[in-house]
Order: sequence, then C-alpha cells, then structure tokens
Amino acid sequence: MFTIILRKFVAKRLLAPISIAAIVFASAAHAEETIKVGVLHSLSGTMAISETTLKDTMLMLIDEQNKKGGLLGKKLEAVVVDPASNWPLFAEKARELLTKDKVAAIFGCWTSVSRKSVLPVVEELNGLLFYPVQFEGEESSKNVFYTGAAPNQQAIPAVDYLMNDLKVKRWVLAGTDYVYPRTTNKILEAYLKAKGVSPKDIMINYTPFGHSDWQSIVADIKKFGSTGKKTAVVSTINGDANIPFYKELGNQSISAEKIPVIAFSVGEEELSGMDTKPLVGHLAAWNYFMSVDTTKNAAFITQWHDFIKNPKRVTNDPMEAHYIGFNMWVKAVEKAGTTDPDAVQKAIIGIEFPNLTGGASKMLPNHYISKPVLIGEIQDDGQFITVWQTNKLVDGDAWSDYLPESKNIIADWTPPISCGNFNTKTKKCSGLTP
Amino acid sequence: MKANSLNRYRSLATVLTMVFSLAAYGDEGLSTQQLLLNTLNSLKQGSMPEREQAITQLSEIKHARSLGILQALLDGRLFTLKSDARLVTGTDNNQGYAINDAISGAPLGAIERADVNKINLTNKLRVSLRKIIGRLELNADDPVIRLAAVKAMGSEDDEDALGLLKARAAVEKDETVRKAINVVFLVQEMNSSDKAVRIKAIDALKEQNSLDVVNRLNAMVEKDESGNYLETDADIRNLAKAALIKINTRVQFYSAIETVFFGLSLGAVLVLAAIGLAITFGVMGVINMAHGELMMLGAYTTYVMQQLMPNYLGISVLLSIPAAFVISALAGMAIERGIIRFLYGRPLETLLATFGVSLILQQSVRSIFSPLNRSVATPEWMSGSWQINDFLSLTWNRFYILVFCLLVFMLLLQILKRTRLGLEVRAVAQNRNMAKAMGIPTAKVDAMTFGLGSGVAGMAGVALSQITNVGPNLGQAYIVDSFMVVVFGGVGNLLGTLVAGFSLGMANKFLEPFAGAVLAKILVLVFIILFIQKRPRGLFPQKGRAAD
Repeated sequence: MFTIILRKFVAKRLLAPISIAAIVFASAAHAEETIKVGVLHSLSGTMAISETTLKDTMLMLIDEQNKKGGLLGKKLEAVVVDPASNWPLFAEKARELLTKDKVAAIFGCWTSVSRKSVLPVVEELNGLLFYPVQFEGEESSKNVFYTGAAPNQQAIPAVDYLMNDLKVKRWVLAGTDYVYPRTTNKILEAYLKAKGVSPKDIMINYTPFGHSDWQSIVADIKKFGSTGKKTAVVSTINGDANIPFYKELGNQSISAEKIPVIAFSVGEEELSGMDTKPLVGHLAAWNYFMSVDTTKNAAFITQWHDFIKNPKRVTNDPMEAHYIGFNMWVKAVEKAGTTDPDAVQKAIIGIEFPNLTGGASKMLPNHYISKPVLIGEIQDDGQFITVWQTNKLVDGDAWSDYLPESKNIIADWTPPISCGNFNTKTKKCSGLTP
Repeated sequence: MKANSLNRYRSLATVLTMVFSLAAYGDEGLSTQQLLLNTLNSLKQGSMPEREQAITQLSEIKHARSLGILQALLDGRLFTLKSDARLVTGTDNNQGYAINDAISGAPLGAIERADVNKINLTNKLRVSLRKIIGRLELNADDPVIRLAAVKAMGSEDDEDALGLLKARAAVEKDETVRKAINVVFLVQEMNSSDKAVRIKAIDALKEQNSLDVVNRLNAMVEKDESGNYLETDADIRNLAKAALIKINTRVQFYSAIETVFFGLSLGAVLVLAAIGLAITFGVMGVINMAHGELMMLGAYTTYVMQQLMPNYLGISVLLSIPAAFVISALAGMAIERGIIRFLYGRPLETLLATFGVSLILQQSVRSIFSPLNRSVATPEWMSGSWQINDFLSLTWNRFYILVFCLLVFMLLLQILKRTRLGLEVRAVAQNRNMAKAMGIPTAKVDAMTFGLGSGVAGMAGVALSQITNVGPNLGQAYIVDSFMVVVFGGVGNLLGTLVAGFSLGMANKFLEPFAGAVLAKILVLVFIILFIQKRPRGLFPQKGRAAD
C-alpha cells in the first residue's frame, strides 16, 4: 500500500541519510500523515507556574509514543498553544486547535474557569478534552474526560483519614474564594454534618486570590483549635497564597502535631518553590506521590529527568493524570482504529491503563477514572511520606451524593442513558444528549 | 525475634527507670550495647510502626547516648551513611554535615549532604518522641527547657506525668518552673472530690493566663445534649462562670493588642510597598506600573544572595538590603533614562510604556529563573514568635518588618530633608523650570530621584521575600495596594503615605474578624473610593501653586 511505502521512507529517513529528493518527498508525506494532538496549557501569566510543566509532560509523552512507532502507523504531532492564563483566550485557542489545526484531541486546562470556558467549544465542535487536575466535580460532558480527582477521590477520603485515624473533632475549612474551594467545602460541610459533626465545630473561611496577610486568620484558627478538642485544617487554598499561610502557621507556632493542615493543592511542584521548614508534617491528599516506590514510577521519573535534562525536577499528580489520560486515549484510538471523536468516545469507556502507583485505572462511563487515594506527610526535602492509602481504587463520582441538589443525578455516557446529568428520580436527562 | 527478647526488658522498664536512665550514664554493659544496636537497627530499617516501637525502647534503654539520639531524630539530624549504612548524627557545617557516630559519639569528620539519608518521621512519631524527650528533659539543667517540658506535660492528662511532676516539684529551685508545676496541680485539683479544694483551685487559677484553665472552666459551665449542666454543683458552676468572665476580659484585652499589632504590621508592608512609589509618583508625577516588578527584583536579589552564601542565612538577608537597593536603583535609572524621560508630561503614554516594561521584567525573570516560585529561607531569628502568654504572642518576622519600615521611612525623610539631592528633588518637584533656571541639572535629578524610589522598592522586595512568594507575579500583587496608599495619603507627601499605609492596615485588620478577608478588602476599597470623591487630593494634599 501507498502508506506502507511512505512509512518505509520515514523509517529510512530516520535510519540513514538518503537523497535530497527522498527527504523532500518524505517530509511532505510526514506533514500529511501525522495525527495532531493539541496542548492547551498557559505558558505565560499567573498559571504558567503550574501549567508549563504539563506542556512539557505532554511533549514527553508524545515523543515517547513516536519512539514506539506512533499511532495507527502515523506519527503524533504536538500543537502547542499559549492561552496565557486568560480564560476567554482558552476558548479561542481551543477553537483554533479544533478548526484550524484539526487536532484529534486536546490535553489541557488547569483551573475550572478555563475548563468551563473551553467546554462549550469542544461540545459545539465535537472535540475531545482531557482535563488532568483535581477539581470540584459536578460536571460531566460527552466531550471531556476528567483524569484528575473528583471530590470523592481526594477531599472525602482525606476527611475520613483525619476523622478516623487522627480523631479530629473540630474542622477548619479554609479556601481561596472561587468555584473549586466553594463547591468542595459545600460537599465537605454536608459530609461532616452527615457524620454528626455539630455546626459549631466547623469554621469556614475564604480569602481572596494571592492573599498574603494571614495573621488574623491564623490567630483565629489558633483560637478555634485551642479548646482541647483535636482540630485540623482542610485547605483548598490555591497556589501562591500557600507559602504565606504556612509561614504564618509556623511563626505563630502551630505545628502539624497540634493542628495538622491537609491540602489539596500543594504538591511536589509547589513545594519545590517553598521554604519547606514550616510545612514539615503537614498533610496532602493526592492520587500520586513522586516518592511512591514502584518500578513504573521510577521509570517515569527517569524518563522525565532525561527529557527535561534536569535531574532536580519533580513529578506530580497532574503529570500522572496526563500520563494516564494520554495512554488511555492512545489505547482507545488503537481499539477504534480511528481518531474520530465519536468512535474514540465509545471505545475509551472501560479502557484500563496501569497507573504509576501500582494499580490499573479505568475510564468509567461517567468520563471520570478510578484512582487510588494517598495521604502523605510533607518532609523537609519537599517530598511526601505516604501515611495512609485506600486499599483499592476509588471510582470518580461526577455528581456528589452529599449535596441535596446533585444526589439524584448520575452521569453515564453508555446507552441507554447516554447523558451527563441523568436524574434517577425523574428518569430525565436535563442536559445535552448526543 | 528481637522484639520478643525486648519485650522482657520493656516490661521491666518502668517510667521511673526512664527518668533515672539519665542518672545511669556510663553504665554500658554489653547487653545494653547489644540492645541499643538492635533497637537502632529497627529504627533504621523498620516500617513506621516498628520505628515507633524502637523509639519507645530507645527511651527505656539505659544508655548514655539514648537522649542524644532521640533528640537528633526529632531535629532531623539522624542519618544513615549511604556508603555503609552506619547511623550517624550530623550538625550543619558550611559544606554539608559534621557527623558523629550515633552510638559512640565519636566524630567522623565532615560529609556531603548527598552522602547521607535522613531517618524520616511522621507526625505520630514526632508526638511520641516529643513526649518522651519532654519527660527526659524535665530534669534538664536549663530552666527554660524545664519550663517548656512542664507546660507540655501539663496538657497531657496522664497519671505518670503527674507523678514525674510531683517528683520534680520537690527538688525544683527555679521560681517560674515551680509556679508552672503548681498551675498543673491546681488544674488537677479543679476536678477534686473535695469541694473546698475545688473552690480554692478555681480561685487561685482565675489569675492565670492559661489555656488549660480556660478549657477546664468552659467544660464546667457546658450543658449536655438534654440541656442539663455537666457540672452538678451550682456553687462551683457559678464560681467557674465568674472566673471565666474575669479571664475573658483579659483575653479580650490581649486580642485587642494582637489586632493592633496585626494592623501595624500589615500597614508596615503597605507603607514599604508604597513608599518608593510615593517618590516616583508622588514627587515626580510618573505613573510607574513597573514599580511592583522593581520590588520583585529586590526579592530575587535576596534569593540570589542566599544562593551565593547558603550557610549564612541571616547575614545574606541583611546584605540583600543594600544589594537590592543598588540593583533596583540601577534598573530604575535605566528605565528612566531609556523610556520615561521621553514621555514626561504624557501620563497615559508613560502608563502604557511602564506597563510594557513590567511585562518584560516579569517574562525575563521567568526565562532566567523559571516560572516557578523560588524558595527563600527565613533566618532563625526571624521565625517563630515572642510568646508573652497563652493568649498573646507577636511574630518576629512581622516585628522586624515593622522596625525596618520605620527605619526606611526615617532614612528617606532625612535624605529628602537634609541632603543636597533631597533639596534638588524638592526644588524640581515644586517648579521644574524655576529649578532649571537656578542651575539645577533637572535631567540628572530626575534620574537620581527615580533611582532612589526604585531602590527603596527593591528594599521593600527584600522584606516581602520573607513573608510571601518570590515569583514572577510578586509585583502584581502589590501594585494596586501601593497606588491605593499613595493616592489615599495624598500625592507628593511622604508622611501622608505613612499615615495612609498604617490606617489602611488597621482598618483592614479591625474589619477582618467581623467581615472576613474578602469583604474587608472590598469595604476598604469602597471607603477609599468615597473618600477620594470627597477629598480628591487625599489625606494630606500638597498646598500651594506647585500642586496645580
């Protein structure tokens, strides 16, 4: 076949120098015969701090897949765009990727706002988006695959750990004032109340983005936690506000032994830019830690260090989410034999891929995946010691069972339901159907 | 297994022998040595529960090095050598660690940081370690350590601890430590079966600023679920209520002091951030959107200084102050000479051009240092707090920043008032043409003034590096606040900036407990908008023709 001849040309080109004509021919063919993958992560602006790493991860994964011979006999080609931490620009860039570059899938977004801004675009143009960050749930789209943790894969197990293992009786829910902390704390508050915690033992506090003066709030937490009952802080404080927060905790001599803080947004990458002294002993809940000792993880870390050419760089949870998401997509495309979004959507449900912590994550009918939950204590080298983990993988729940407005709603993208928000009571789908 | 043979020893080892293990220094029988080796092995290789067991065992072994090893473990100074897995204790020296053999204590020379593995701890282990060490430290020579040990043991509700404290009280000579032990006993007596003892205890304790006391008293006046008081004796209950009221008035007084301190320290940060701008914007009238990035440069200077001299944290931070001043001042002068001087009198263009400069500076920092935040360590003398009593403590870093802010302000005021440069700056600010006619080189003065303002921003950056993130976005977080303070204080007035910064800080901190951080910030902004409507020139408007 013609394509086979072409493939031979490509292979030859890689192996030995050949004539100029052949190079021209082959590279022309190369341009035609690639599968494009969109990478939609901010490389400038406030979110560059987190998202640049994910762009590099995607380039590494694509590079690796090409070394293995590409996909469906074609090479993969990354199309990297920079939405510059600007939410409307995310939608614009997503449209550009789908219409101009005709990418087969988009891997991207970090904040929920950016995902919400891309959502109508991928739904309208029937694209595929793989979203790698832990988030508040309460969403399921036909065109989006959520490889990060839903609240029941991070927040709820973390609270269980504090309640059962550390015997925490009083709770501070502290967060940055935007959609993820607000929703997560709403779910947690409902969950705690369902577990019999009285409202006066719950303190909820919101702070603006980048809040840097934590004196009064930490003093309040100290007062709240000094009643003799074990107190813990569940922190959905975002990004840059964390360092001043932990510094203030340390300065007001609140140690992890007295009032532990469990964070959902502090990972290895964030810790590498912090003075870890005041953080030692505080907790974080994730689905992956760089310190997890498995051969797969060790190989992944080596591969990352080789790719980025810096042995000091760390790996983190959203990177693993991209690793799983990308490989699931590859397997689904192979299974479907095409990159056509509808075929891939059908094929990917039920696909399993081994994650880096020892277990096989599975794409569920609600477009979430199953993940292990790990709780780690921060060490002064910026790594975590796993102190607790779930004994089996936890299935992501799109619509929280603890919120009255969503407890009857499920997502299932397989027939006969094929719906992202199906009400089990009224048997009606209130959203978009294919 | 080892654990079985050890259990025999453990059953023999009572808490008392633990205390006397200190007295038993030097008694190093072969079995003790062997026991120590075995225990240390499980400490080295064991899982976390095994480690916990090893720690308890270690505290019970009568070995001269037990306490030293436990202390090193708690401080994160207990390592295994990568080469031969020997257990060593290390102390920081300039290049890495100076290590000693953990068992014999013999010095083994210096070693690189990368050549050792630290023995890790979890919170659970840390808690039990601290408890064990606390009990051993109850007999330490230093009264400060003894006091801390007494306080830690006081909050444990534990017969053993009380027994140890009783033993200590009999021999304690230091007045404060004895008082602290006495408080612990009084707290216990509040739950005594003898009513007279209880009344006496409550009476004595209402003068104490102790959290334990408040918690116990609160427990006495609490009701259970069906609405009955937990404490059945009404006399005791009333006494407890009265005592609580007395203590709470003191608590309120202390928390007011605390809030004032919080307000002052937030104000100090605002003043530091704004004061450089007060010169460039206030005196020169240049809207410099890159002001925040000049602070960022100062913060990065601190980071670089720490990288250059990693073993002298304190000194490097102090040296960063002049270094940051010079670097930011040079950058500022370059911006003034290169861009702003062509745009004098065109505020809109200046605004856009300096905004562009701020983006360039941010992105260049991203390319040079990486988009990630950089970690700037806080020196020992700037961390922690000054614990006055259980209800009042002032954090050192804020305290130093407050002092630093006042020093910078005084210095700047002196420069403007007493030096020739200051005179020229004021002359140019008041009437450029007249000053020129009098022979003042206005172009040079402009550059110097801008450099001065930028340099002060750099110094502010050093202070900010100690309380917030050092990253490319540092400047953006403070630029709005800086403009707010300068405009509120009155353009062209340094004293106005000082008053405005402190009053905004205070307002914010007094509002925060009632309104929450988000709303407090909004309320302050609304207040400023209304204030500016009423007094467009700020708190201290500049008077005279020059102001027009």
